[in-house]
This record gives sequence, structure tokens and C-alpha cells, in this order.
Amino acid sequence: MRIDLVARPQRSRLIEIAAPVAAMAVAILIGGVVVALVGRSPLTAFDVYFIEPLTQSYSLQAIAVKATPLVLIATGLIFCYRANFWNIGAEGQFVAGGALGGWLGLVTHDGALQGAIGGWWILPAMMVLGAIGGALYALIPALLRVRLNVSEILTSLMLVYVAQLALDWLVRGPWKDPEGHNLPVSVNFDPAASLPLLVDGGSLHLGVLFVPLAVALAAVVFSKTLFGYSVRLAGSAPRAARFGGFDDRAIAIAAFMISGALAGLAGVVEVSGKIGQLLPSISPGYGFSAIIVAFLGRLSPVGVLVAGLVLALTFVGGEDAQIAMHLPGDLTLAFQGVLLACVLAADVLARYRLLVSWGWGARS
Amino acid sequence: MSTGSAISSPDIVPQAAPLLAARGLTKRFGSFVANDRVDVGFARGEIHALLGENGAGKSTLVKMLYGLLSPSEGEILWQGAPIALANPKAARALGVGMVFQHFSLFENLTVAENIALALPKSERLERVPARIAEISRAYGFALEPDRPVYSLSAGERQRIEIARCLLQDPKVLILDEPTSVLTPQEAERLFETLETLRGEGRALLYISHHLEEVKRLCDRATILRLGKVVATCDPRAETARSLAALMVGAQIKEVRGAGAHGLGEPRLVVAALSAPSPSLHGVSLKRVSLEVRGGEVLGVAGVAGNGQSELFAYLSGELIAGRAEAILIDGEPVGDVGVTGRRALKAAFVPEDRLGHAAAPDFTLSENIVLTGHGASGMTHAGFIDAKKALDKANEVVATFDVRKSGADPLARTLSGGNLQKFVVGREILSKPGLFVVNQPTWGVDALASAAIRQALLDLSARGVAVLVISQDLDELFEISDRIAVIHAGRLSEPREARETTREAVGLMMAGMDEGDHAH
Amino acid sequence: MNAQAVVDILMIVVSAATPLLIAAVGEIVAERAGVINLGLEGMMIVGAASGFAFAYLTDSTLLGVVAAALGGVAIAGVFAFLTLGLAANQVAAGLAMTIFGRGLANLVGAGFVGLKRARAPELRIPGLSDLPIVGKLLFGQDVFVYCAILLTAVVAYWLTRTRAGLTLRAVGEDHVSGHSLGLPVRSIRLAAVLFGGACAGVAGGYLSLAYTPFWSPDMTAGRGWIALALVVFASWRPWRALAGALLFGGVAVLALAFQGLGVPIPAQALNAAPYVTTIVVLVILSARDVRGATAPQSLGVSFIPDR
Repeated sequence: MRIDLVARPQRSRLIEIAAPVAAMAVAILIGGVVVALVGRSPLTAFDVYFIEPLTQSYSLQAIAVKATPLVLIATGLIFCYRANFWNIGAEGQFVAGGALGGWLGLVTHDGALQGAIGGWWILPAMMVLGAIGGALYALIPALLRVRLNVSEILTSLMLVYVAQLALDWLVRGPWKDPEGHNLPVSVNFDPAASLPLLVDGGSLHLGVLFVPLAVALAAVVFSKTLFGYSVRLAGSAPRAARFGGFDDRAIAIAAFMISGALAGLAGVVEVSGKIGQLLPSISPGYGFSAIIVAFLGRLSPVGVLVAGLVLALTFVGGEDAQIAMHLPGDLTLAFQGVLLACVLAADVLARYRLLVSWGWGARS
Repeated sequence: MSTGSAISSPDIVPQAAPLLAARGLTKRFGSFVANDRVDVGFARGEIHALLGENGAGKSTLVKMLYGLLSPSEGEILWQGAPIALANPKAARALGVGMVFQHFSLFENLTVAENIALALPKSERLERVPARIAEISRAYGFALEPDRPVYSLSAGERQRIEIARCLLQDPKVLILDEPTSVLTPQEAERLFETLETLRGEGRALLYISHHLEEVKRLCDRATILRLGKVVATCDPRAETARSLAALMVGAQIKEVRGAGAHGLGEPRLVVAALSAPSPSLHGVSLKRVSLEVRGGEVLGVAGVAGNGQSELFAYLSGELIAGRAEAILIDGEPVGDVGVTGRRALKAAFVPEDRLGHAAAPDFTLSENIVLTGHGASGMTHAGFIDAKKALDKANEVVATFDVRKSGADPLARTLSGGNLQKFVVGREILSKPGLFVVNQPTWGVDALASAAIRQALLDLSARGVAVLVISQDLDELFEISDRIAVIHAGRLSEPREARETTREAVGLMMAGMDEGDHAH
Repeated sequence: MNAQAVVDILMIVVSAATPLLIAAVGEIVAERAGVINLGLEGMMIVGAASGFAFAYLTDSTLLGVVAAALGGVAIAGVFAFLTLGLAANQVAAGLAMTIFGRGLANLVGAGFVGLKRARAPELRIPGLSDLPIVGKLLFGQDVFVYCAILLTAVVAYWLTRTRAGLTLRAVGEDHVSGHSLGLPVRSIRLAAVLFGGACAGVAGGYLSLAYTPFWSPDMTAGRGWIALALVVFASWRPWRALAGALLFGGVAVLALAFQGLGVPIPAQALNAAPYVTTIVVLVILSARDVRGATAPQSLGVSFIPDR
């Protein structure tokens, strides 16, 4: 059997949008099969995962809150991936930003440092610190790649483990709440260091507003600015980029820092909006799920927004399914992996036609 | 298929019936017809030329004869009987060998390993060096089995390809543009080998667009144009002009110089530039010095791989040599200035590879205008690109240089080679440069577009622009250059007046020899 | 430190090195053929889960190893379909496999958490294995260790001395030239990827069958990624991977040794040691060889042949 790819002459918008949708459909089908294999009803599972969460206010809020870090991180990843830099360490940058921003929340606990001017400055400062923390942490793999040609895939990934272990040590050690009954948690942030809720009694916090802002900015940068042009060019035709006078090292560093900053921002938003303190682990794998979001959204800011909402839906649905149907949480993870695989396949099929030939022809 | 010795054939007169033939052979790629009902036959003991300009369908035809592509229609006949070639292995088993224009060599592997990979599994790895030695003796060329390929010259690499074929004792040998990477002296040695092979009764297919060569070497010629056979003849009985006319189907306008015009100040001065190559298998520049005046065309001849890419990159500013005074543009030291800075001084550059280097294949034409034009005034405002301005500029280039395209603003990769080259050259010409540096201006471009591009370069020089042309095509250089220098192993020779030097002299320098030496 | 302590340390080094070596050798074959497989971690953990599950159910370590290998092969098969059949981006496809693999492995292993079974058998040569000091170290390791060394030797010989190995290397160097010569590029890559997947699966199986004879979620803890770094460290040569695996294994031991000596290093720092070491090693390697001359030239480039 032999599979051949024949380039399609035109790239229609229709196919480009239909492809991820088709991928989603196939992944859901596969998921349904797996659910049936573990002895549950696929229809019920579909309802619990995808439909139910859309009908309740609390779960809609949860989706928005969950989507926030996914979309923020994925938007940053677009800058790296479009330039062909494989930043796999967004999870670590998320943690670094959350830790640095969260640190400010710790030191301003119980009214400290708020004296005469009050606490209005704390939240903005935390956001900035979060972005800086993530950006600096992403600078490490960026510099190693640009200066020494070390694979950014491996370095950024190794640094994820380092960041997670560092935070773990901090929260169990120096940052542990002395009055916390020896629990491995930090002090709770003051209200001045917590993102306010938008809905009384709900979970929707101010941090979600960063999302449309980031997406809009990214969209404008990519389509209209010379910088965005240079990022796209660096990934699409690196020799041409150098010929055009664009500094590929500068682009690499900028892309990584933007990506790290957004991941770090997502981290501090999560910490000060959702969690309200620092814990040994502040992410259930957002940095990795965001990679799926980035590809599912076909590396475009608006696409990533939609994809992030969809994936957040599966997270929330997955949590509900764990309770309602005793379906394990790992199923969600596996589903996301399948989804990414389907998206990759659909992406290729959007650009090429498949020709399957049987039997003859011992070529390749 | 015999395993070692050459076919012994006492025949001097070639047999009439063709050994390998195509009948009504057609190949389509989508809606594009590369070969259209081709009928041609190749007989034993004959060197048969396949003539045609770039894009005529020669490569496609021989790829089908070699089993690399499958025909859309028609048949291939071996000794009169139709056969289907599933893949090159089948073609080789039959007795067809092919030496490609672009070698299929593995740079980091040795000569012996490269040859072994092309031999069928029945050949034992340990025996390969001994077999190489046999072939070297029989045909008089030397090959060292343990040398890594990246250390070899183009002529030596071609010998590996030929050895690969000869070790399988082919009855038919196809050569695709074999002299495109050789110096004139290396080409002579190749011809001697081919004549030996013809004497052994093999059928040789010789693809070329070099008419003088074909007249010198070949017994018969089949001419392809736009995928069809337009003529079959004896090339010795034709003139170069008549063959060219058949190939192109129209009388090509002769490129006219603008007549003598005064030369201005030196607009590009390179002073003893020594710089390393960024790539592992590249050639470093050694004390290169040159000067190009306004209104002059300086040609740099050389076989590929002697430092041309490095020279271009250091001239354009893609690589920085460090010493500011090493390169002067209009008197300004720019050795430490990048590409955009040099463009600001009205210098324009056209690199060798149009897809991926001169233009981004997956970007539109207007986006490709921004590629080199973003430094120009008005193209960007506070970091934002003026898309309308870019589109207008693109349309201006298309109109001025007769660029054929489909759609209002298509992707660069959808243009044919010739049209994309016209676009890329035109884009730089319309930026109104004072210095124009181009590397291989008409490589792989059809004759009409080539003539247009060469004319555009001459027109530039008539306007007082300093033009530097790096090219492997000696005909082209002699056509448009005022002076010619030769680059070899990273060194640049003293330029000579084009009128006062000969192809042979230049050819010797391309091979690294002085005029006083004799080729051996 | 007495001789016995040294032996104990070396034993730990060897057992830490073994899964890295097995996975790395498999990946070397895949990368020499031109495919970069970031799904290694996913294949390893699926191997660990399926290996333990099968071994527990059948009470046979051997069947467990087979299941582990097959688990790795299954994931590798999906990866191959995506990257070779559909020419999808190798980096993204590999990541998808890792994410999917983690989820799948945890699902498969869910029913086996907390269960224990006998360790994989160790070699016993009467007389030799009982030698003082070297006996256990050289002749008393568990079977995986000897298989790993054998694997290294076989692959090293195969790559450099056989025609098939030469063909594979050629395909990884330049798949365009390979295709022109009629080499079956995608078939070779498919075989290489499946082999790599099998090795990764077996490496995972080692973890759950010999290293610690039980399954726990996420038990590979990033070893697949370290194995990838190991391939670069080894300049794509199997014997060097052996040296590198011992080095990485040694780092893990160093951490424990520090703890044993009472040096007040926090547990997290010890756990971070392998990852930091990986980065340091990569940096040192690159500083020495900036142009990356020894990587197979077609590594990571998708191949779409003309028809």
C-alpha cells in the first residue's frame, strides 16, 4: 500500500476553516468509541462533556476562566511557532511568571507595603512582574538557541521541570504560610492583590479581559506590522528573511520573550484571579494544553481564541464527567492528544489530496 | 546483466533499430502538459542529443525513460517491445543508467559508500573499492574510495555518478546537462569518456542546451519545444543559429549593448576582503579585490562552489566581514553595515535562489515587495506596513517587466521560474539603484525571459548604474560584460577586458590554472 | 567509603542508565533515518503501563516486555502515519503522541495502581555472580541491563557495517538523493520509527518491571526527554549513548549520595539534577561544535515524493 500526497492547486478559505472542525468531529468520534469500550454511554458522555457545561452560568464562567490561561499562552506560542521556534516550555514560563507575580502578593499580605498610598498599585505591578518573570525565563532557551544553537525544544522542556520543582520547594519551604497548620500553601493574597470578580458569587474574574486584548493586539501585529511580517517570514523562508535585512536572532529573542511574557501573565492571572495564593503546583498542564490550542487554532490569534474556548469546554466537561460518570480525568488528556493528531492530519489534507494505491510499484 | 567487463561490440556502424524508444509518450502534471505525444528512438553506438531550452520537457522525458515518473499516455519500447518501468531499479535491471544534472550524492559519506548505495543488493560492500579501481583503470579517471564527498570538486563528483552507472554495465546511458557544472577542460575529459562508451556500442542520450557542444559530440539530435518534438536532425549539418531557432521557435532578439558610454566613478570597491564561509562545506574568500564603475558591467565567472555564494553574501551584507573599509559603496565604508543599510545607499541585490532566498515562496507578490522594500520611504509608517503601496509597487513591476501570473496577488511559488526571476530582478531595478549585484541572473530561465533580463541589465548600465554579474554561463558573461574576472577557490583574478580575452583563457582560470599551463 | 558502597552506587548508576540507553539507542536509529520523534516520552510511558498490566495479568515478565514493546510500537505507528504517511510536522506530531500517550497510559494503568509483582529476574552465573565486589556488578544485573548492552552493540554494528545500515544512514543524510537512487525512503523511516517505538516501550517496561516493580502514574518523569538529549550528546552513535547514559545515571546517584552524606540539599534540587544536567551537557556540546556537523542532514524534514 502506498500513500501519495498531491498538492492542491488552490487553498480555499473554506477548507482551511473546515479542516479543524472536521478534526474535532473525528476526535469526538474516537472518544466516543473509547467511552463505549470502558462501558459507558457515548451519548451521555458527549452531553456531559460538551452540552451541559454550556447551559449553566457557573460552568460558562468556569469555561471562560479556564480558557484565559489557555488562550493567553497560545497567543504567545503563535509568535514562536510561526517563526519555527518550538517553545515547549510555556508551562515553565507560566510557573515562573506566576511565582514572581505571586511573590508580590505574598509580600503585600496583610496590608504590608500599602501604607499611605494604598494598594491600588499592587495588581498592575503583579501583572507586570508576571510578564517579566515569564519573559526572562523564556530568555534562557532563546539565548541558548541563538548563541549556541542548542535545541530550544529540549532546553525549554527541561526548564519546565526545574520551574515546577523550584516552586514546589518555595511553597513548601520559605513561602509556606507560617500560620497555615503546616500545610504546603502560601498565605492568601489580600484583596488588593487579587483580581476582582466580575460576577458576584461566581468565578469570572477580571483577568479574562486580558484575553480579547491580547488576541486583538496579536492579530493586528501579525497582519499589519513589519514586526509581525518579519516573524512570519522568519518561519516561512528564513533565508529570505536574512536577505530582507531582518535579524533572525533578534526575532528569535523577541518571539520567545513575547511568548514567555504572555505565559507568565497567564500564570499570575491564574494565581491572583483563580487561586488566590501560591501552591506547590499552579497549573494542571496549561502550558502543554496551550500547544494543542495553538495548533487547533491554526496558529492564528482568532483561531486560538476559538480553540481555547473549545478546549476549556473539554476541561470543564471532563471535570463534570469525573463526578457524574466516574470517567477518569486522563481521558480528557488522551482526547486532547487525539485531537491534536487529528488537527495535524486535517491540516495536511487541507493542502494536499491523498492518493492511496494498492499493490504494484515498489517505489518508496 | 554482466558483472564486470564492458560490453564487447565489434560493431562500428550503429544498428538501425532503436534499442530504447518512446512512442506517443505524454506526461501531465495537473493541467500542465510536460510532454506531448513524444516519438523518439535511441540506437546503439550513437550519442543522441536531446535539445531544448529550460522547461521544454527534456528532464521529464528522460525521467520517464528511467522509471522515475510514470507516463500519462503512450508507451516505452525496449528492443521494439513495450515495457512498463515501475521504478529506477527496473530501468537499471533492463540496462538503463542515468547521470543527473543534480547529483544524488550524500555529502557526509565516502565515495565508496555513495557508489555502493547505487548498486543492487547483490553487490557485496567489501568488494566495492576493488570494483571502483577496475572502472578507474578502464576509463581513465581516478576515484579515491575513502574520501568524503563534500571534499570533492564538481568534476570528481560527476565521476562518482558515472561510475555508479558504469558498474552496472548499462546498455543505455542518459546524461542530463552534464557540462553545466564543469570547466571547459573537465568537459573535454568527459567527452573523451563518452566517445569511449560510444565505441563500446552503448546508446547515449545527451541532454543539453549548449549548441556548440552538441555539434561537436553528437550524431543525432531531437529538439523539444513546449513538450513536443519539433525536429530530429544531424546536428553537424545544422548551424547553431538554426538549432537555436528550432529550440525557441522564434528569432530571439539579439541583446544589444547601448553602445559605448562613459564610465563614472567607482561605485563599488572591495579591498582585500578575506572572510570565512558560514557553511561547513563552503569556500572562504581570500583577499578579494574588485572595483565596478558607474555604467560598467563587471562579470565574475566561475564554476559553482568556488565562493560565489559567499562573495554575494558579503557584498549584500547578509554576512558581515567586520572591517568597515573592506567594502565601499559610493565611497561609503559599509563592511560592517547590514543589508538594509546598504539598500539605503541605493544598492540592490538579486541572489541565486529565487524561491526561498530572493522571494518567500508562500508569500504574495506584494508581500515580497515589502521583503526588500521595507526600508524605502513610504513603505512603512511607524512600524505598520502600507499594504496598498506594496500592491501598487508589485503591479508596477509586473507591468514593466511583463511578468505572467494568475490572480491579482498570487503566491510567489505559483509563478514559473522565468516569470519569478523577472519579478525579482524587476523589483530591484525599480528601486532605482546605483549599484546592482546579481548572482546567476538567468539560471534555469527560458530563453525569452533570459534575453529580457540581460537587456534590462545592459539598460541599467547605460543609465550609469554599476552592475556586477556573477554567473556560471560564459556565453552570458561574454554577451553583457565589459570586464570579466574569475573566482576560483575563493580567490578573484584580475579582471580583463571582455573583448581582449577568450573563453579558453577564462576556462583555464575557472579551473584554477594560469594561461601558461596546459590542461591535462 | 568502602568497596561495597562503591558497588552499590555503581549498581544504581547502571539501573538509572538502562532505560535511558534503551530508549536512546532506538531513537538514534530513528534519527539517523531522518525522523525526530518527540513522542518518545509518550511511547515510554505507554510501554510502562502496558508492560506492567500484561505482566501482572499473565504473571510473566517476558510477556510483559512483549506488551511493553507493542505498546510503544502502537503509538509509534500512529506517529508514523502522521509524519510519514501524511507528512505532518514532526515536532507537533511527536508532542501530540506524548500528550496522548500520557493520558492513555494513565488510563490503562489506572486499574493497576498500588499492585505489586515480582521483579524481573537477575542474571545468575554460578561462580561468576558470586565473586566479591564485581560479581553482582558485572554478572548479577537484571536481564534488561544485558539486553541494553547487547542492543547497543548490535545497532552499532548494524549501522556502520551492513548495507541496510548504510542505506538507513543515507536516507537520513539526504532523502532527496535517496529517493532518486530508488531507496525506499518512507519504508525505511517507518521501520526505524517502529523500532524506536519498540525500544522506548521496552525502556518504559524496564521501569515498571525491574526498576520499581509497580506502576504509578507519570512514572517516566521526563526520561523520554532526557533520552532525546542523550541522542544529541552521543552524536548519534550508540556506544557514546552508553557513556552518556552512565553519565546521566551518575547524576541521579550523585544526588542521592549528597543526601546520604548529609549535605543539606533540598529534595527538589536533587530531583531537578537530571534536567539541569541535560541542559548543561547540551550547552557544552554546542559550544564545542557550533555548526552541528554530525546531525543527519535530513533530520526533521518531511518527505513528499513526486509521483
